[in-house]
Formats: sequence, C-alpha cells, structure tokens
Amino acid sequence: MNPRTPEARLGDGGLRRLIGRAADPRGAVVVLLIVILIAIVVLNPSFAEPGALMRFIQRVSPVAIVAIGQYFVIVSGEFDLSMGAVVTAQVMTAGHLIGEDDSKTVPVLIIMLVIGGVVGIVNGLATTLLKVPSFIVTLGTMLVIHGAVMWWTGGAATGNPAESFRQLGRGGIEGIPILGLLPYAVLILVAVTVFAVWISRRPFGRTVVAIGDNAEAVAFAGANVWRTKTLAFVLSSLAATVAGVLLAGYAGVHPSVGQGYEFTAITAVVLGGVVLGGGRGTVLGALIGAFTLESLFTLLNFTSVPATMRDAIQGAIIIAAVAYSGVVFAKKRRRPATSATTSPTNDQTDPSTTSAGTLSPIQLTGGDEAARK
Amino acid sequence: MRTQLRRLDTTALVYLALIGVLIIGAVLVATTGRNFFSPGNVRDILTGMSVLGFVAIGQTLVILGASLDLSVPYVMSLASLVAAQTMNGSDAMVLPAVLLTLVVTACIGLANGLIVTVLGVHGFVATLGVGLILKGYLDTNYKGTEGSVPWSFQLFGATGVGPVPISTIVMLALAGLVAFLLVRTRFGHHLFAVGGNSEVARLSGVRQRLPLIGAHIGSSVCAGLAGLLLASRLGVGSPTVGSQGSYDLLSIAAVVLGGTVLMGGRGSIWGTIGGVAIFAVLDNLMSVMQFNPFLKDVIRGLVIIIAVALYARRRVIARRIRFADAPPGPNIATGAVPERDLEIDRDLETDGDLETDRDPEAEREGSRG
Repeated sequence: MNPRTPEARLGDGGLRRLIGRAADPRGAVVVLLIVILIAIVVLNPSFAEPGALMRFIQRVSPVAIVAIGQYFVIVSGEFDLSMGAVVTAQVMTAGHLIGEDDSKTVPVLIIMLVIGGVVGIVNGLATTLLKVPSFIVTLGTMLVIHGAVMWWTGGAATGNPAESFRQLGRGGIEGIPILGLLPYAVLILVAVTVFAVWISRRPFGRTVVAIGDNAEAVAFAGANVWRTKTLAFVLSSLAATVAGVLLAGYAGVHPSVGQGYEFTAITAVVLGGVVLGGGRGTVLGALIGAFTLESLFTLLNFTSVPATMRDAIQGAIIIAAVAYSGVVFAKKRRRPATSATTSPTNDQTDPSTTSAGTLSPIQLTGGDEAARK
Repeated sequence: MRTQLRRLDTTALVYLALIGVLIIGAVLVATTGRNFFSPGNVRDILTGMSVLGFVAIGQTLVILGASLDLSVPYVMSLASLVAAQTMNGSDAMVLPAVLLTLVVTACIGLANGLIVTVLGVHGFVATLGVGLILKGYLDTNYKGTEGSVPWSFQLFGATGVGPVPISTIVMLALAGLVAFLLVRTRFGHHLFAVGGNSEVARLSGVRQRLPLIGAHIGSSVCAGLAGLLLASRLGVGSPTVGSQGSYDLLSIAAVVLGGTVLMGGRGSIWGTIGGVAIFAVLDNLMSVMQFNPFLKDVIRGLVIIIAVALYARRRVIARRIRFADAPPGPNIATGAVPERDLEIDRDLETDGDLETDRDPEAEREGSRG
C-alpha cells in the first residue's frame, strides 16, 4: 500500500532479488556451476543420467574433501601448501604398508590418520607458537613430507593396495534403485560435508572465522587462538588423508597422485567465495567451488579445447572470480558511505521481495524498517 | 647475551648462518678427504647461486610490496623459449632476442601488477592465475625444447673470471642496482611504505599502485633474466625448465630465509642474496656428500622452517628500534605493529611497552574516522 517505493512501481522484486543474489560472488559461482552443468548436458546428454552423475560426484569427491579441509585453514587467515604432499604421502603409505594383505587395511588406516594428525599439529604449532608464516611452514612440511616419502619408497609406483582398501575409493553399494551404484566416495563426501558444516556452526567454526577476521580481537575476547588454528590445520591434514584414501582406491598408487592438489584446493576455495586472508567464506562455498572447478574441467573434456589449455582456463577463471568478488565487496562497502539516502530503500527490497510489493503487511514492515533508519 | 643477539641486524644474522653452514660444510667434506673450498667447488656453488639469485631478487621486490609472485617458473620457461627461438643460432640476433625477452617479461609483470593493484586481486591468486595461463600456453604450443642459442650467448653461462662465473657477477651487479633502487630512490621508499601499510601510505600521499606495479615488472624481468641464463646454459629453450626447479616456492623461501618479512615492508636484497647463498651451499654440500635427492628436499624443508622460526622470534625488535625515537602519539602511523610484539617483548624496557600499547589503539582510531 505504499506506491512510492521503487519495487512497487517495478513490481518484479522477486526477480530483482534473484538477480541480486546471482550478482553476489557466492551466488555467482552457483550460477556458473549451473551454467556449466547445463552446457555439459547439452554436449553430452548421458551426463544427466543418475549413474553418470554419481560417477562425476565420485570423481570430484577427493578434490571437494581437500577443498573443505583447506577452507578451515584459509578462513583462519593461513595457507596449507602441504596438502598435496600429504595426499601423495598417504597414497604411497597405503600402497607400501597394506600390500596384498587384507587384514592390514584397518591398522594402516589408523596409521594414516595418525600421520595426518601429526602433520596438522606440526603445521599448526609451527605457525602459532613459533610464529613462522604458515606459507613458509607448510612449504617446508611439503618438502619434508614429499622428500621423506619418496626417500622411503624410492619414488617408484608400487603394487596397488589390497582390494578391501581400494573399495573405499572405487567401490560402492550396489543395487540401489535409479542410481544403480552408490559409490562409497559419495557417502564419505556427504559425511565430511555434514561434519564440516556442523563444526563450522559450532563455537570452533565461528572462532576460526573470527580469527581470520581479526586474531587480536579474538585473543582479547578470551578465545584460544593457537589451539583453534592448530585444530584447523589438523582438520586440513585429515581431509588430505581422507582424500588420499579415496585416491589410492580410485586412481591407484603412484607418486604423482596428489601433485598440485594444494593449488587446486586453494583455487576451488577461492572460487567458492572464501577470501584469502581469512574471515569470510563458508564450507558450502568451498564445496561448490570444488564442484564448479571440476565440472569446468569436465566441460573442457567434452569440447575441442586441448587438455593442456585446462590450466590456462583455470588461471583465468580464478583471477576473474577473485576480481569480481573484490569489485562487488568494494561496492557494497562503499554504498552506505557515498549514497546514504538510497541505502535504506535498497535494504528494503530484501524483506518485501517474495510478494513483490502486492501484500500490504510485508510492505509495511519494509516501510517501518526504513522509517526506523 | 640474548638481547644482544636480538639487537643484531637480520641481514648480519643471515650471513652468520651462512658462515655456519660453510664451516659445517667444510668440516663434513674434509672428513671425506676433499676440499670444500677448491676452486672447482666454489665455482659450482656460485653457479648454483646465479639462477635462484636472479629470481629471488625479483621476488624480494614483490614480497617487500606485500605481494607474491608465483608465476616466475613459467615466465622463466617462456623467456628461455622466446630467447632461443629469436636467436635461432645466429650471433646477430642475440641483442634483439635479449631485448624482446625483456619486453615480453616486462609485459607479463605489468599484467600481474595491474591485476593486483587495479582489480584488487590478492597477489597469490593473481600470479598463480597468470602462471597457470602461461603454463597452459606453454604446454599447448611447445612439445619440447626449441630454438637454439649461438655460442657467443652460451658464453654468458659458461665463462668466468677465475672461479667466479660471469652470470654470478651479473646477478650480484643486479642485486647492487636493486639494493640502490630500494634504499636511495623514491620508488624504493614508496615500495617499503606500501608494503608496510598500504592504507597509511595512501594517507601519506604515496600512490599505492605505481610501486607495486613496478615491483611486479621487476620480478618478471628478473625471472626473464634467469630464463635467459638457463637458455644460455642449456643452449636451447625449454618449456619446463622453470617449473622443474620449482623456482616459485624456492625463491620465496630464499627471500624469507634472507630475513624479508612475508607480509611486506621489511627486508633487504643483501639478506636475500645471503638466503640464496645458504641454499646454494646446502645444495652443493648435499651433492658433494652424495645425499639421496629426496633426502635433500627433507633437509631443505627443515632448514626453511627452523631458520625462519629463529628469525620470527627476533625480527620484531628490529621493527621497533626503527620507531623508538619517534614521539608517541596518534600522529605516528606506524601501522601494522603486530600484536605479537606484546607477547614477545614483555621482557624489554617498560617505555617500549607503553609505546606498543598505544600504537594499535591509535591505528584503530584512525581507521574508524
């Protein structure tokens, strides 16, 4: 009942809100993902079949899990460059220790988790207590882990681990209606995602984001900065371990497995709207970033673009994504300062958009809010 | 004793560490009955310094400006290819090829700098992205080594004065030039200012973008020089010569090992050269002792972490001495005095503590207004 408000005149607030959401960097990556998926389906209609989709998710799982792990470190304002080396180390460990012996699967899995935890603790403590920049710490641990594993194994591919171990990465539950095969990797990805989302809403997750924003303020507020950051590094290394387990099954044991995963993970996380330097971003953003990146690669496989251009496109995309989110965030920050008079009406569009200015109660609340401001 | 050690200039500490590594090396090599300081070995060490030295000089510029350059390995590969293809074995083309290479690399640096400053993309992401674009270009268009370098240009990487290779002399001359630029010119001062605190630099009337763009151009050109040197050593251009050496991460490690702060605003070229020398001596030592190549990586990684952990404890004091004479108050925009000062320096004089207590508050006041 307030005809002077802009959205009442336009009458398409829902659409505008949708466009506004899509223009937001975090929304933009979802739009990008949907566009890429549609393009893949157009080029290759069989991709939309449930079975093929499941296999796609199975293939993305390791990258997505690594990205989720990297998320916790990046959002706390640090880097973890050692993830790729941890993945390689875990794959080689599995290949060397399990061998053809099925009974060793569980003990070696435990050993791998312990290795992952120890790497995370070392990264975290060196960053927080020794005050070495995490970039340098994890660069160092990357060299150490990679070198140590190659030294131990001789740097050669060995036989694949026992079949029961490989099932985790390549097998699945069979006989599911519609899907056919539900890969274990997909289940593990779902479990990791649920756990990560849950923990990111717990005090720990909130503290990690706060530390990334302003570690001093968090320390003054009484939180334990070094313990939280160390835990973030542990989560990251454990995620790399899980990815290693999946890759050992899916891709087999080879010293090149896991190479470059740290940069892929950082690319995925940044693509998902997580800001380098910390303090802003979500687990689901990182997940969507990983899916966007991998579906982009899948799309390139279906087109005539040479495989070697994959890197170039990844590079261009990551720059564009970060530049775009930077521009949008800068605009958002500037808006209240330069155009104070217009900002209340801008805010007002949000609560009232569902019904596009036709229902009076919602319109009134919008007006009230504007009046209060 | 401890405070004395802390007072020591970081660069001096780097060179003390270098002397320590040299002594350890000499003793270890002597146990096998050889001479670590034989002319041949000294030449090997200095040769090992030159390529990483060029890259690290450029990387120092960028890191001083609180950015990073991860594109250097691909810039090096591209530079070696451009040079080798343009020369194509003819002596007359040496100069044009070198100039063309420098122009191409400067353009890449300009692109890096513009993406970082104008688009506001984090240096890590910007240069990673540009590096990936270059990698895609190289992988798509080159299947293997190409071009050839005439003998006259190969001499650049092959000859020397006594045990000192020409390439190392050129590298040290470049280090001197860049050190002069940093300490004596407006560009250098502005780069330090922008790297220390971009916002404060802007408020002080410094154009934030120009020094950083200049630093990125410098970094790419330095990487281009390293690529030229590699081309002259190999005699051909190679699309993988840069990424094989993982010069991006090693150069960053060398810069930080040399006492430059990764967050920008503090550091020196001579520290970087010291860091590069430590790496070169370690590498040479491990080669002479015939270590497993993978074990080399382990030791390199450990040295990086331990060395930087040692500096991280005492680097803070160097920042404070710089501002100790300034009157306390909101007018000193020292900016990023890290909060860790408070923890580490609690055992120091009380007036210093007062000052650090005040600074962050003044900064916060400033940013609010």
